[in-house]
Amino acid sequence: MTTTRRTLLSGAAGTAALGGLPFSSARAQAANTIKIGVLNDQSGTYRDISGPYGVECTRQAVAEFGAQGFNVEVIVADHQNRPDVGVNISRQWYDQGVDMILDVPTSSVGLAVNTVAREKNKAYINTGSATSDLTGTACSPNTIHWMYDTYMLAKSTGGAMVRAGGDSWFFITADYAFGHALERDTGNFVRAAGGRVLGNVRYPFPATSDFSSFLVQAQASRAKVIGLANAGADTINSVKQAAEFGITRRGVKLAALLMFLPDVHAIGLETAQGLVLTESFYWDLNDRTRAITTRLQPRLRDIKPNMASIANYSAALHYLKAIKDMGVAASKASGIEVINRMKAMPCDDDAFGAGSIRPDGRKLCPSYLFEVKSPAESRAPWDYYKLLQTTPAEEAFRPLNEGNCPLVRS
Amino acid sequence: MASETTATGIVAIPEPTSDGSLWGFSRPQRIAFIVLLVFLGVAPFAGLYPVFLMKLLCFGLFACAFNLLIGYVGLLSFGHAAYFGMGGYIAGHTAKVMGVPPELAIILGGVVGAALGAVFGWVAIRRQGIYFAMITLALSQLVYFVCVQAPFTGGEDGIQAIPRGKLFGIIDLSPDLSMYWVVATVFVIGFLLVHRIVHSPFGMVMKAIKENEPRATSLGYRTDDYKLLAFILSAGLAGVAGATKSLVFGIATLTDVHWSMSGEVVLMTLVGGLGTVFGPLVGAAVIVTMQNYLAEWGAWVTVIQGGIFVACVLAFRRGIVGEIGALLRVKL
Repeated sequence: MTTTRRTLLSGAAGTAALGGLPFSSARAQAANTIKIGVLNDQSGTYRDISGPYGVECTRQAVAEFGAQGFNVEVIVADHQNRPDVGVNISRQWYDQGVDMILDVPTSSVGLAVNTVAREKNKAYINTGSATSDLTGTACSPNTIHWMYDTYMLAKSTGGAMVRAGGDSWFFITADYAFGHALERDTGNFVRAAGGRVLGNVRYPFPATSDFSSFLVQAQASRAKVIGLANAGADTINSVKQAAEFGITRRGVKLAALLMFLPDVHAIGLETAQGLVLTESFYWDLNDRTRAITTRLQPRLRDIKPNMASIANYSAALHYLKAIKDMGVAASKASGIEVINRMKAMPCDDDAFGAGSIRPDGRKLCPSYLFEVKSPAESRAPWDYYKLLQTTPAEEAFRPLNEGNCPLVRS
Repeated sequence: MASETTATGIVAIPEPTSDGSLWGFSRPQRIAFIVLLVFLGVAPFAGLYPVFLMKLLCFGLFACAFNLLIGYVGLLSFGHAAYFGMGGYIAGHTAKVMGVPPELAIILGGVVGAALGAVFGWVAIRRQGIYFAMITLALSQLVYFVCVQAPFTGGEDGIQAIPRGKLFGIIDLSPDLSMYWVVATVFVIGFLLVHRIVHSPFGMVMKAIKENEPRATSLGYRTDDYKLLAFILSAGLAGVAGATKSLVFGIATLTDVHWSMSGEVVLMTLVGGLGTVFGPLVGAAVIVTMQNYLAEWGAWVTVIQGGIFVACVLAFRRGIVGEIGALLRVKL
């Protein structure tokens, strides 16, 4: 029976391999169709933050925009958090008629696609990367950075936290460039707002999963706020272990510098309560955010949007408005012109309200400092945040002349 | 079936390079090689995307370099990402910051890969089997942590926007097709080099070491020297592959030095066929194609990948090329 099983399996493998192939050829380019390519993480660390939900938010924008004399098509790919895969797909997409690439979390991939978009003169809107280089030294006339960056997170969590009473800090920092940048920027904002940094500890990255000694050290410093200058699983592990030590229950605030609503949902309120973090969007913020969340609910089912996923809605909607304004043919001719038109038009949508885009490609919106509610305070599913402080849009991001963006100097 | 059972365990002594043909290609290998050359010449015009083909060739060369070590000396290095990634970083850094022309950047990548291989190999070849694999893994992790911290690698952002430059100062490589011919040439040279090494007297000693090291020693060969040289050659070629890849994509990032890349090259070689000349290229093609074309299936990528691997392990024990070779009763 070996032969039968073997033939069966090889047949199955062959069919599966072949099934993937026709995808490349089945792309007829229609002159009257705008193609949006959502390139993000569909299977790894950042899946829950945007992934399939980011795609659904984009589709919602297309649906709300409706028929305006041209067709809109949304295609999706998983860059698997690998820059080479991202570059390969984005080059292929742009060459085969994709007009705009959207989302692209993971800084190394986000920056790589930035280079490709510029080379091919296409439009690129990044909503998922944290690197502030996208509007700094690496800024490009083909790119808009729509959502959070490290500067904005540091400013809100650092500066606004001091105003809310947390004036002495201790940092637990992942020992690599991203962690250092977060710690440095946040520390500067803490000091600028009149607070003090009592100390820091750097742990080896990656491969640290036991944070207990660092947490004890932080607690011993008697700082009012413990800043977690890390991301992803490290942040979640630190928060969980801090809860086990009962650190937050003794009045010490834990400030996560990069954390999203789905992370809080995953940890659960029991563990995450008292955590302080920054987002630009919360579904229960005002009537407009509640309205868009309600409209999105059939697509997202039992998940609420966060700033990273819903940024795709906001960006795609504004992009389509610009296309309508300038015409499909003109938009296909030059990515720079599309981006310029987007910068010239004021933004307004239910997710982020009124806003604008700066010459260096930075979309401006307010940032909010939230505290995670305790289980007793939470009245409904996903009722997780209470607002502590608001940083207005004009102040939330790095000033235009401090980013060393070549577009600004010229 | 009977012949198969008696063949396991006892491997025929490699026949001395037979009919005096160039490079020691046997007849089926010559046919396969011509098919490969024709494919390389026609593929970009037959609707296959040049950047995808270049990626495939870079990984193909990487897998060939790895196969030189595991397939012919029997050393399982679990740290080949270090040479691959470091080659990429060196090429990217020299091309971007120092303005070195692409041909020199690729050579420098290879030289640094080989130098790294010389140091690591010198440490690692003293042990065998699992210890050897663990030492190479540990050393490559060392390189990974250096790359996370060192300023010139750009940390987790990597080196971005590496220019492809002008070949010999004349030919502009920014069009994908001209870059493709360069990559194809590099690949064919590397491929022939591996083949030549394997079929040289040196290669015969390598195979002898693989089959029975004490016997090779008793015949008077300093096996450590041979192993070290094979290690250096393999690391150097991996460096060349990494350098070429960083020029193709214009980026050099942590992905290429991460241990999972070391694992991936093992998979490529296993899926293609261990110890076959064409296997690594086929294996690389399968894995890269999956990463690329399954990307549109979103979260299903990993599931489909897993399924295909299970099928391969159950159905093609000798790898794709190995199975085809066994079916046709030829050595490919």
